[in-house]
Amino acid sequence: MMEDTITAISTALGVGAISIIRVSGNDSIKIVNNLTKNKKLIDVPSHTIHYEHILDNEKLIDEVLISIMRAPKTFTREDIVEINAHGGITTTNRILELLLRNGCRLAEPGEFTKRAFLNGRIDLTQAEGVMDLINSKTEKARDLAINQIDGKVSNLIKNLRSEIIKVLANIEVNIDYPEYEDIEQVTNKHILDKIEDIKNQIKKILKESENGKLIKEGIATSIIGRPNVGKSSLLNKLIGEDKAIVTEIEGTTRDIVEGTINLDGILLNIVDTAGIRKTDDIVEKIGVRKSIELIDKSDLILYVLNNNEKITDDDLEILTKLEYKNHIVIINKNDLENNLDISKISSKNIIKTSITNDKGIEELKEKIKELFNLEQIDTDDMSYLTNARSVAILKDTLNSVEEVKKGLNNDLPIDMIEINIKEIWNLLGEIIGETYQEELIDQLFSQFCLGK
Amino acid sequence: MEYEVIVVGGGHAGCEAALACARKGHKTLLVTGNINNIADMPCNPSIGGSAKGIVVREIDALGGEMGKVADRSHIQIKMLNNGKGPAVRALRSQADKQVYPKEMLKVLENQDNLEILEAIVEDLIVDNDTISGIILENNKKITSEIVILTTGTYLRPSIMVGDTRRNEGPHGEKPSLYLSKNLAKLGFEIIRLKTGTPQRIKKDTIDFSKAKIENGDNCFHTFSHYQKPQYKIEDQVPCHLIYTTEETRKIIQENLNKSSMYGGLDDIEGVGPRYCPSIEDKIVRFSDKEKHQLFLEPESRYTDSIYIQGFSTSMPYDVQDQLVKSLPGLKNAKILKYAYAIEYDAIYPTQLKPSLETKKINNLFTAGQINGTSGYEEAAGQGLIAGINASLKLEGKDPLILKRDEAYIGVLIDDLVTKGVRDPYRLLTSRAEYRLLLRHDNADLRLTEYGYQVGLIDEDRYTFFKNKKAKIQELENKLIKYRINPTKEINNYLLEINSTKLKDGSTLYDLLKRPEINIEKLSKFIEIDYDLEIIEQVEINNKYEGYINKVKKEAQKMSNLDNKFIPEDIDYNKIHNLASEAKQKLNEIRPTSVGQALRISGINPSDISILMVYLKKEYNNDRK
Repeated sequence: MMEDTITAISTALGVGAISIIRVSGNDSIKIVNNLTKNKKLIDVPSHTIHYEHILDNEKLIDEVLISIMRAPKTFTREDIVEINAHGGITTTNRILELLLRNGCRLAEPGEFTKRAFLNGRIDLTQAEGVMDLINSKTEKARDLAINQIDGKVSNLIKNLRSEIIKVLANIEVNIDYPEYEDIEQVTNKHILDKIEDIKNQIKKILKESENGKLIKEGIATSIIGRPNVGKSSLLNKLIGEDKAIVTEIEGTTRDIVEGTINLDGILLNIVDTAGIRKTDDIVEKIGVRKSIELIDKSDLILYVLNNNEKITDDDLEILTKLEYKNHIVIINKNDLENNLDISKISSKNIIKTSITNDKGIEELKEKIKELFNLEQIDTDDMSYLTNARSVAILKDTLNSVEEVKKGLNNDLPIDMIEINIKEIWNLLGEIIGETYQEELIDQLFSQFCLGK
Repeated sequence: MEYEVIVVGGGHAGCEAALACARKGHKTLLVTGNINNIADMPCNPSIGGSAKGIVVREIDALGGEMGKVADRSHIQIKMLNNGKGPAVRALRSQADKQVYPKEMLKVLENQDNLEILEAIVEDLIVDNDTISGIILENNKKITSEIVILTTGTYLRPSIMVGDTRRNEGPHGEKPSLYLSKNLAKLGFEIIRLKTGTPQRIKKDTIDFSKAKIENGDNCFHTFSHYQKPQYKIEDQVPCHLIYTTEETRKIIQENLNKSSMYGGLDDIEGVGPRYCPSIEDKIVRFSDKEKHQLFLEPESRYTDSIYIQGFSTSMPYDVQDQLVKSLPGLKNAKILKYAYAIEYDAIYPTQLKPSLETKKINNLFTAGQINGTSGYEEAAGQGLIAGINASLKLEGKDPLILKRDEAYIGVLIDDLVTKGVRDPYRLLTSRAEYRLLLRHDNADLRLTEYGYQVGLIDEDRYTFFKNKKAKIQELENKLIKYRINPTKEINNYLLEINSTKLKDGSTLYDLLKRPEINIEKLSKFIEIDYDLEIIEQVEINNKYEGYINKVKKEAQKMSNLDNKFIPEDIDYNKIHNLASEAKQKLNEIRPTSVGQALRISGINPSDISILMVYLKKEYNNDRK
């Protein structure tokens, strides 16, 4: 427990421009170093600050300042690293998730203070205070967990676990009661099928949680199109109709969010609204290349075409880029004569509108909901999984799934394979707070008929 | 004092406990109800099995006796789970119920410092919460420094068949009727447990042609690490496999209310084992299963008694007659001994320290079924540990407490004293979270050192063990040091043995990691003149290195917590911030280490955090 390297976000989430993520323990410098672009933190002097980029598989997450403080002159008397991040909730969570996936454990309530105390940093007379702190923080965390646990996702995980435990119990019974010839023997193929299924389900949960994240944090949306196709009308219509407030909100390094539209409870963060509002000739001004950049950093692209005009080569180039993104092609000005050859558009998400006449707006909204699978997601349920820890655990689970497959391919004995299956079961249990060991043994005796 | 140690009960726990104490030079008395029933096997005629077989290996590595006697007396032996991985392999033997007890009695009778007395114990002499001896049925007192209770099912037993109940032990033996009541008077919480045993059938009345034959292995095995095989492969006796019939099911359903457990008796208190249901339980609970598997197991080379494993019941005799006759090949079977269920008293095991000394009464130890377990091997393992710790206490030394990553015996005792029992406890490999470390093949490597330290492993055997360890290291080093390069010759050889070409240089050790390579195939490069045991050890460590290291890392975390000791005099009521549920649990179990505290159900990590802060504050003022 005391040997683990722990981490937590030390500043209040969503408040202030900078958030601090603190890491404490033997491996703190090593772990953080591995996430940086330059990887030069191992030998730097103690109590120094360094400018760095945090990367996730080469992809830039944030520009940060990193403070390195070596034991024993630190708060916990262990090596401490503090990361000053600038990117708001999303980025801070992403950095936390990275740390958790690379060897850190999420700190328990009050754990930094506890370590400070146990390592002699805090006076013994303050012991009562430390215990109070652990107590009160735990209460709060427990309340939070209970509120969040009773949702659709936790049910998905519970169902998944109960499927896994059946496989585990079957393996265990084969091991503990090998003489029972009338009990089905678990074969590699059986496990492989099961594990594929588990993998798909976990991926589904992860995807839903990503969607959940989008819902909570907003969908980065860009409206793109040639001049005079109706982009600003569309924006004004969306804003006007839904009484959305366009405000300066805290952005992320990824998105330059300039306005937010609340679409039946779903937040659309409009990227580059200023461009749309000030002038209507974005493509001319920014060109195809800039459009593609915009596409890259958006979760949703609304590409607007004019029914009255022919499709250009630029249009077609941009349309091919849209294939792999959530997008909607809006063919506007349907009240005018048709000059646009719709057969040239391969996209399946086409909506015909006449924005000035209020036609097609509802269809557009429905399409957005459909794209983000919003009909099926109760936004309240998603909150639990949107925290970095759960996402990190789910990703770990996928690693274990791969381990199982690797083991099966190498023809390892069932006993080894089972270690990873048990790991999946335990990891999923951690998310919903169930790690009861006896469960497996209970299952063994209720599922199979054994005895002397 | 007349003796240093008195062991009450001559079953598998009692034998190991008495031998351990006597071998360590302590004057020991073993009290048993019937000397001819020493090391008796009242239920199944087998020693070993999944997890249990590994316990027997552990007993042997620590200097206990069960493995050696089993090796000398079995009529069949086989390795279970051969294909399922090294960690779950285990030996199972058909023990000869006539020979095993005789062999064990011989060992006891030839042991210095050990006397055997035939008597029934009814009370204990206790002053100031410390024991000083026993009181026999005839009121005779015998004094000793330490008493170890290994009474098995003989505490207030009751044998049940249909609607009848007899207050006697398994063979109609005289039980101890008052000892458990006197334990209750001393403040112990007594629980009532239940188990059962099937019929024994006269061998020549069975038509075995209707059954599938089950032979022993065609290669030699021994439980003991230090004993050569003492049997001939071809002399092994087979078992047979049959299934219940539709007729069996009908008879049970029609007569269900006659079973003691289903209405025959209305005063049953005992909780039966989940893993060992009676045949009526199986039919009721798994009603969709059309047939149930049964084994016909010979009980001895010298008797004609066959045990029907899987057919335990508490039906009345006439129904049992019908049931047996409904089985394939048993139409004309003659029952030598009817099946029965038995209830008995036990003490709730969280009243014990991990040393198996009771928390309430100093110098009183308990081991075996009295602690809520089931099984000969579980009993012997506890008996050995109780014997060792009784001796260590006499010598003023710290007890031997095996950790969960060191031995199944450690898992067993930790489960008992930390979690208690709901029904008779049987070891399963799935109870051991670090089972990859607790293997059949490495029991001696794990535990011989402890056996030597406590004085139960002699110099000869210790030297033998150290040589083995050195050889393993030597072979491993050879493989690590020897490098091969991707030359034509080497790559041709690799293709020849169905492997693939090398691209870069490699050590033999890394080459061995390929699934298709074994050490024998490496003898082309280096001389390999080692025992199979040594080769096996190196291969297992090499091939499963990743998994083993992963488990070791987990185990290490727990081990660090197990090494944080909690002072015996801690007052949990003084820790204000602790949740009251945690206080109550900690007061009840009184864990000896932070690790044990964490394993108590209902104790969560924040309770442990608070406990650690409190320990630091109260007991460790080493301010820097």
